Amino acid sequence: MRSRRRNTNLSLIKVEYALEAIKQGSAVVGLTTKTHAVLVALKRNAEELGSYQKKIIKVDEHLGIALAGLAPDARVLSNYLREQALNQKMVFNRPLSTEKASILLADKAQKNTQSYGGRPYGVGLLIIGYDETGAHLFEFQPSGSSLEYVGAAIGARSQAGRTYLERTFEEYANATKEELIVHGLNALRDTLAQDKELTKLNTSIAVVGKDTEFTLYDDDDVQQWLDRLDSVANNRRGAAAGNDDDDDEDENNDEGDEKKDDAAASAEEEGVKDEDKMETDE
Amino acid sequence: MDHDPFRWGRPNDATYGGYNTKIAHANPQAGNAAMPTMNTQQPIVTGTSVIAMKFKDGIVIAADNLGSYGALARFDDVERLFPVGENTVVGISGDISDLQYISRLLEDLEIDNNYDYDGHSLRAPHIHEYLQKVFYARRSKMDPLWNSTIVGGFDDEGKPFLKYVDLLGVKYSAPTLATGFGAYLASPILRKVIFEEKDVEKVDEETARNAIKECMKVLYYRDARSLDKYSMITITKEKGVVFEKNLRSENQSWRFAKDIKGYGTQKV
Repeated sequence: MRSRRRNTNLSLIKVEYALEAIKQGSAVVGLTTKTHAVLVALKRNAEELGSYQKKIIKVDEHLGIALAGLAPDARVLSNYLREQALNQKMVFNRPLSTEKASILLADKAQKNTQSYGGRPYGVGLLIIGYDETGAHLFEFQPSGSSLEYVGAAIGARSQAGRTYLERTFEEYANATKEELIVHGLNALRDTLAQDKELTKLNTSIAVVGKDTEFTLYDDDDVQQWLDRLDSVANNRRGAAAGNDDDDDEDENNDEGDEKKDDAAASAEEEGVKDEDKMETDE
Repeated sequence: MDHDPFRWGRPNDATYGGYNTKIAHANPQAGNAAMPTMNTQQPIVTGTSVIAMKFKDGIVIAADNLGSYGALARFDDVERLFPVGENTVVGISGDISDLQYISRLLEDLEIDNNYDYDGHSLRAPHIHEYLQKVFYARRSKMDPLWNSTIVGGFDDEGKPFLKYVDLLGVKYSAPTLATGFGAYLASPILRKVIFEEKDVEKVDEETARNAIKECMKVLYYRDARSLDKYSMITITKEKGVVFEKNLRSENQSWRFAKDIKGYGTQKV
């Protein structure tokens, strides 16, 4: 038996809520070249003395995910992926392909939108991997969609990171691993709230690619990468002053007004989301 | 002999009591609760040797078309070579019903793989690993698939790939391979052409094919469960899978037969 609550435009309400949960999570950014894929994530701690919530999970030597939303759901999904990767290794003696991994996750998530009683996963994922067809980045959504990107950002204020990626993706198409990480950190920095900055404690970095196993940098290992940035604080004010004219043409541009409150920011993201949805529905 | 175990009967219920399905994990759902679960104890209809060898651009593999029922040459149209995916072949000897089961598994595998076509093709090493797991799982249930198989194709680096796996899950690879009787009769001949891995580079397609054809002839001379009608598959990067069916062992000479002594009623 199936039971679905729909609102007037035929979307599933519980799926809408799940997609909303992603926006509550802190931002993660992913980007790829042909040979490498990088994830960077902003970790949150519940309180000053508490530890930071893990944002990037290694799945296999060649595969990993970053999450935005409900961490327990992400752990369930990453355990499932590890199982699948191990199974592929045991039965076929080959690594799980990145695309297959993202499809498996999407199918699993879609099942939860189909029947009554269950709930969709409240988490969005960025999946990176390197396999015989090169480096890949996929964005997973609890609605059961899974799309490939060269650069993607999900989570709170991720639109700012996406704007950075859209502006620079042609530069990093042929970047080295190191340059790619710096681009990722720049994008992540743009998603920061006004009074925050990237530190070695709140930043996670992962890279995978040609001759590079999936490597996760946390805590002290992050410092070497932060040292490569011109600034660890959000420099949107400076950028806004500098090239305001060019960017105003971009209708989704949120560089201009920093004092915009969170509600307004998320309203804008909502608008963007709807636009995205229309494109995928075509 | 009546080969249907269900008609063999069992000790009289009146004398010995009904069959206790609780013994030895007997499976009462299997249709006939009066009988225990039965596993394969021996092959019934069988196919004889599969022989294969590498050459510098690929591999060649051959198997005859005979299905033997014991010593009886029962079927002369059994195909024992199965192309899988783009560049792989599986050659199967042993029980023919298990061969048919394996061929269905391989078909399903290929279909499943094609559903999520993502540029990751199913190559010989993957298929070999899969088969090995299937064989080992079945032997662990004490219900083996009674076959020896050879998987040929290209490995992940694009080099010729040849590997054996059998009913126990035993696997090994070599530049020349043969199952069953062929391991005794064909291997020495093939090893004259390729003794070790580095010799593969020196052997071209023509030489390899001729060596395999010669072996099929020798096998027909000396293996009483063989046929001179066979199939051969040659795989190269250039031409892909070339499947030749209904080949005959040519230029047979049975003159050596009169010198074989020590069998039957003849006086030596």
